[in-house]
Amino acid sequence: MKNDLILDIKNLRVIYQTDLETVEAINGIDLKINKGKTLGLVGETGAGKTTTALSIMRLLPEKTGKILSGEIHFDRQELLKLSPLEMRKVRGNRIAMVFQDPMTSLNPVMTVREQIAEAIKLHNANLSNDEVDQRVETALSMVGILPSRKNEYPHQFSGGMKQRVVIAMALVCEPDLLIADEPTTALDVTIQAQVLMMIRELRDRIGTSMLMITHDLGIVAKICDDVAVMYAGQIVESGTVFDLFTGEKRHPYTQGLFDSIPSLNTRSNRLKPIQGLMPDPSNLPKGCCFAPRCQHCMDICINERPKQVIEGTHTLLCHLFADSSAAPAPQEGE
Amino acid sequence: MDSARTPLIETVNLKKLFKLNGGALLHAVDGINMKVYSGETIGVVGESGCGKSTLGRTILRLIEPTSGQILYNGVDITKLKSGKMRELRKDLQIIFQDPYSSIDPRKSVVEVIAEYMFIHNTFPSKSAIYNRAAELMDLVGLARRYANSYPHELDGGRRQRIGIARALSLNPKFIVCDEPVSALDVSIQAQILNLLMDLADELGLTYMFVTHDLSVVKHISNKIMVMYLGKCVEMAASDELFTNPLHPYTKALLSAIPEPDISKRDEEFVLIKGEISSPINVKPGCRFAARCDYVSEKCTGRDIELKEVAKEHFVACTLCNQEVGK
Repeated sequence: MKNDLILDIKNLRVIYQTDLETVEAINGIDLKINKGKTLGLVGETGAGKTTTALSIMRLLPEKTGKILSGEIHFDRQELLKLSPLEMRKVRGNRIAMVFQDPMTSLNPVMTVREQIAEAIKLHNANLSNDEVDQRVETALSMVGILPSRKNEYPHQFSGGMKQRVVIAMALVCEPDLLIADEPTTALDVTIQAQVLMMIRELRDRIGTSMLMITHDLGIVAKICDDVAVMYAGQIVESGTVFDLFTGEKRHPYTQGLFDSIPSLNTRSNRLKPIQGLMPDPSNLPKGCCFAPRCQHCMDICINERPKQVIEGTHTLLCHLFADSSAAPAPQEGE
Repeated sequence: MDSARTPLIETVNLKKLFKLNGGALLHAVDGINMKVYSGETIGVVGESGCGKSTLGRTILRLIEPTSGQILYNGVDITKLKSGKMRELRKDLQIIFQDPYSSIDPRKSVVEVIAEYMFIHNTFPSKSAIYNRAAELMDLVGLARRYANSYPHELDGGRRQRIGIARALSLNPKFIVCDEPVSALDVSIQAQILNLLMDLADELGLTYMFVTHDLSVVKHISNKIMVMYLGKCVEMAASDELFTNPLHPYTKALLSAIPEPDISKRDEEFVLIKGEISSPINVKPGCRFAARCDYVSEKCTGRDIELKEVAKEHFVACTLCNQEVGK
């Protein structure tokens, strides 16, 4: 059972510390990704999605970012215990990352070929130049770019093409885990559709597992097998896509996210947005983090952190469902 | 729409061509005819670079058009002198996309909102202006305690509310909303959309809503215009466009939206090949021809006219020409 997991994060806590304040970015999250599966990590700006990704890559800003506790197991290795040198062998080779903005994640003064070759050479020192070149060309044609364009610079490519280059770079070492941080947010819908279909096809062909960070539930429905919804540094709901989209129970925050999206099928005059704003991560509420915005807020929500309610594959972090949980809850249940 | 009424805003063959170095012409807006009636919301959709923002700004003459006419209440405002135009600016306002760069960071919230009222000098006293600014803050749902805050202290949703309050300060009739929710998170986006729709009802506003997000545009608009490379390729009532899209580009655009609906998980996107081509020195013919699956020799050589194929449903496509005769 354990061996099916490619990534297993346990009780991860991350803070950003400056002289002025301490920001609690991630407050004890658990995440699991099965081999060959795609996990969607959904949430709004500031929920801690990118911090999660950076923690896995061990790329948190050195001065301010601190991992307080937790374990990140990646295929029998504990990433947080690796030395910087060992980590470099994993990063880019076995775990690769695609960043949100293709315009800024490419080096403007290096040709596309040099940038892809850099990743190959770093992890395969014994390859000859010809072999490296060959792999660059295969990588480019894999993402639908003519290999003849390899000597061009990033500014000669359009936004969608740049994102393809970034994806080629990430996949060139055939990683076991691909972290995609909002890979299509900067792209137009028709280009987004092209890139999403390409990612899905490549993922299935190479068999990588994937962590897909997004704020778009539509992308989750199309691409992901499992989902985790993040809010104020916590996973408030997780499960398979079917648990989330068709399950009977839904965390009030997830429900709010669904209600905020204008539907294409029904004609409604008003949306039902979530009131208010995400709490300040340097000053989180004592009880449930979502309580100040929640329609179903009860006394217990304000005073006590909710415990995780587990029902098969579906987990919820909410007092509303505590009664029905089979797991021992602090409240008296049936 | 009854033809007896004068449209609030009408454009006649409106063009904006930008001259580039070396004399090449960039066709940003290439002959747009549209009518917006009072109280309507027209949505303008298209991908980046299709000219939708330029269109919005050209209508307000924030960018001077190259040729064509802009009519406001039936009066041609294309050639108005700047003094006269300034008078009209009270009626014609704009809300910008980026709530971070469209607000002066060195002015406090109330100063930003009051700025236009000071410029246009329509109020008897300073205190009247600040009273009105406070009312506007209530109207857009900004707590009055933020009046003396600076924009950097506020989040994107609140900043966008400042932009909306500022646009409303002179009681405009027509507002161009240039991607007002694109920079916001979904839950905040929904709050702002609700606010804009409520304001339209309460104050009788007419919007031109420019966006790339089709689900947003369907939600808020009565009528939708789809743009591609400076041209309108299809225009119809919102429901009609979504249930019966005719232009191949509109179809592709609609099918490319990932819907948050698990039952559509295995539905494939209708992918269109390639990317938007260059708007520089375009040749006559359908702008979409290079990416279109149904392209024929009829599509190139001459521009394709917008034809009314059903009531109030206009399409510019050679495939739909036959249906006109029916």
